[in-house]
Amino acid sequence: MDLKNHIPSGPIDQKWDKHRADLKLVNPANKRKFSVIVVGTGLAGSSAAATLAELGYNVQAFTYHDSARRAHSIAAQGGINAAKNYQNDGDSVWRLFYDTVKGGDFRAREANVHRLAEVSVNIIDQCVAQGVPFAREYGGYLSNRSFGGAQVSRTFYARGQTGQQLLLGAYQALMRQVGLGKVKLHNKQEMMDLIVVDGRARGIVTRNMVTGKVESHMADAVILATGGYGNVFYLSTNAMACNVTATYRAHKRGAFFANPCYTQIHPTCIPQSGDYQSKLTLMSESLRNDGRIWVPKNKGDKRAPDQIPESERDYYLERKYPSFGNLSPRDIASRAAKEACDDGRGVGPGGLGVYLDFSDAIKRLGEKVIADRYGNLFEMYERITGENPYHVPMRIYPAVHYTMGGLWVDYNLMSNVPGLFVLGEANFSDHGANRLGASALMQGLADGYFVIPYTIGGYFAQGGFSPVSQDSPVVQATVREAEEKIQKLLSINGKRSPTSFHRELGKIMWDKCGMARNEKGLTEALKRIPELREEFWQDVVIPGSGAELNQSLELGLRVADFLEFAELMCYDALHRNESCGGHFREEYQTEDGEAKRNDEEFAYVGAWEYTGVGSKPTLHKEQLEFENVQLATRSYK
Amino acid sequence: MNLRLHIWRQSGPQDTGMLKTYDVANVSEHMSFLEMLDVLNEDLIAKGELPVAFDHDCREGICGTCGMVINGRPHGPLARTTACQLHMRTFKDGDEIYIEPWRARAFPVVRDLVVDRGSFDRIIQKGGFVSVNTGNAQDGNTLPIPKLDADRAMDAAACIGCGACVAACPNASAMLFTAAKIGHLGSVPQGQAERSTRAMNMVLQMDAEGFGACTNHYECEAACPKGISADFIAQMNKDFVSSAFGGRD
Repeated sequence: MDLKNHIPSGPIDQKWDKHRADLKLVNPANKRKFSVIVVGTGLAGSSAAATLAELGYNVQAFTYHDSARRAHSIAAQGGINAAKNYQNDGDSVWRLFYDTVKGGDFRAREANVHRLAEVSVNIIDQCVAQGVPFAREYGGYLSNRSFGGAQVSRTFYARGQTGQQLLLGAYQALMRQVGLGKVKLHNKQEMMDLIVVDGRARGIVTRNMVTGKVESHMADAVILATGGYGNVFYLSTNAMACNVTATYRAHKRGAFFANPCYTQIHPTCIPQSGDYQSKLTLMSESLRNDGRIWVPKNKGDKRAPDQIPESERDYYLERKYPSFGNLSPRDIASRAAKEACDDGRGVGPGGLGVYLDFSDAIKRLGEKVIADRYGNLFEMYERITGENPYHVPMRIYPAVHYTMGGLWVDYNLMSNVPGLFVLGEANFSDHGANRLGASALMQGLADGYFVIPYTIGGYFAQGGFSPVSQDSPVVQATVREAEEKIQKLLSINGKRSPTSFHRELGKIMWDKCGMARNEKGLTEALKRIPELREEFWQDVVIPGSGAELNQSLELGLRVADFLEFAELMCYDALHRNESCGGHFREEYQTEDGEAKRNDEEFAYVGAWEYTGVGSKPTLHKEQLEFENVQLATRSYK
Repeated sequence: MNLRLHIWRQSGPQDTGMLKTYDVANVSEHMSFLEMLDVLNEDLIAKGELPVAFDHDCREGICGTCGMVINGRPHGPLARTTACQLHMRTFKDGDEIYIEPWRARAFPVVRDLVVDRGSFDRIIQKGGFVSVNTGNAQDGNTLPIPKLDADRAMDAAACIGCGACVAACPNASAMLFTAAKIGHLGSVPQGQAERSTRAMNMVLQMDAEGFGACTNHYECEAACPKGISADFIAQMNKDFVSSAFGGRD
């Protein structure tokens, strides 16, 4: 199958304008004749649902939370990038575009990234108009800070709660439309499957998590904004409920999954403390503006940090990457931390940690300034670890955080299944093999506020939508399949809980397909995952019934999908014989341990087609063309 | 450490519910409160019993999903801390802990410790927003906002919608929640155009949902994991009264 990305012709800075001019329009009176399903109410989903309703479309929004305000976008702490150049420090749309392409290790689509940089400025304006309380200077103007992978200050923030405030802005816009009757919101509904009729996405099957009822919902287009799949590793910074089910079920219905091996390991998380641990907590990258990262120079140095003199400390990021220092991009900072710990110089229990030290910044600026900038993060750290970071350096270690891979989409954010659109972290399109800090919020809102409202009109204007009844055989068959899957899971009545399988899968993935991968490990994982999946379907136990609130069942269904999806990830990681961004294959590195890309053979998007459970998926390639940015070895030295 | 838990079990909205006692052994002080409940639930599943249903998601204290009354206090004994951020080092070996759901008419119990907080969403739907469509906005810096106003807006906007304020209030009032949104939008220029109607409509919806009135106990402020000040209630009352008299503040 030929993957058509539908990137418009012309110079890169005119493509989006041209495309918007070329897209067909749906006139205001006709918009209400079209219906859209939006799954997920994070930044991308809420902003899309609200904006499409403002335009006049009939929108149904779905979330598995009890309220649309709870999606994990809310946890983003540090900020959102925009090429406003308010700081007069040399920023521009071009520079944000360039930084993002380079930060993604030249594995992102140029045209998508340029559009993202263009609309970034509109996002800030829109959010300000909604009343989002961004940080301001005393003159009343918007404040900025720096983030990894950039040499300008372009990150806007609202204390350490930027994601929360942006999500509340989008949630409030959505609530306004719900109150006006323009959006029908379905809380506590989990998507079980995608309904495809005559080759087009025409609806979804959901399970009501309170009553257990499985039902179908029909529409003219389906938008998935269901986030990433980081929880395949069990331990990650994702929320407990984050899962791959919606995108994976769409994949099983024909949508290609692109670059699943691109996972981001965030360098600054609180280290794991025990086996009972249920999740890992991120400490915002913004801390690296003022915190200095170091480990002892000598292996096995057990002295307390304040007993180690300056001359026996290794500020390894400042040493290795002098021009970016502590603000090196995430993949590079994570690998450097792993390298220091593998070398026996890690600190804390098990030697799995490095120091993030604020003593210089406190000396320079005073405790009050630091508290003003990072107070809530310091409190959070102390609550979790029992240590006060104003006095003792934080201990941090890398953890799974974000997934750059996702369902394949074209320039219109439509998957290869017509009528199925994918937004935000759920798609693959903008971050290449590594996402820069403060760019996830930007992409989620760009897709929802400023891209999909245009491109979905182009799809509807093509016409040819005949009504599909909920009673039609294909719809009923999809509902029945979901019901049967639930019944099957409930009837196994084995001995092991879904959590125990999830934890075991996570360990396999972290060991074999985590921060560093190699052919041997991936091959072992591909052998082990099907065995574990087999065991799951023989021995899992789900107490209770399907006709009530049953959290074990919810988890069981999600873990079942992770157990299939994990294999896909390993296939992708195994086939990509190069290192790039978040995908580090040990066989492919330079002499000083940096990622070694292979542009000759791998400058493409790997989009996988489902061929059956346990059967090797089929690879389709979309060649990446770099017409504006010169492919270069990524250097932050 | 070893603990004895008394947990509210209720199979559904129609069930009367009761406290049941469970012993949990070998609890580490580094566990979060919810991880301690995870351990209990894994035990229950192994024994063939139904695990305790409780709401939770981010486990970072920001999503507002988790919420339970721990020894009579919403989110437990620590100030400005959600249940997920409460760690077991706060407790000691041999402690007995009572765990109950939020109790309020407007938050019906769904199961065990899970309650339905849809009433909060319906309050927001009545005016907790600025009516600005996507695309309407002017440049973000055309409207300078004094830092103190922006900070005050942020103080109120930090509300995570968990419902602890309602659970703590002897009248099950949602005044702090409602006032936080009115206070956030009322502190910035963007919120002024609808300030009067916002206060009126949100307060009326709050009453319609069955939340009680405020009698100045300030339990809400003490229980709020984000430390939102009850001063915002005063601002809400001012906006409401001025709206009732047809004023525009």
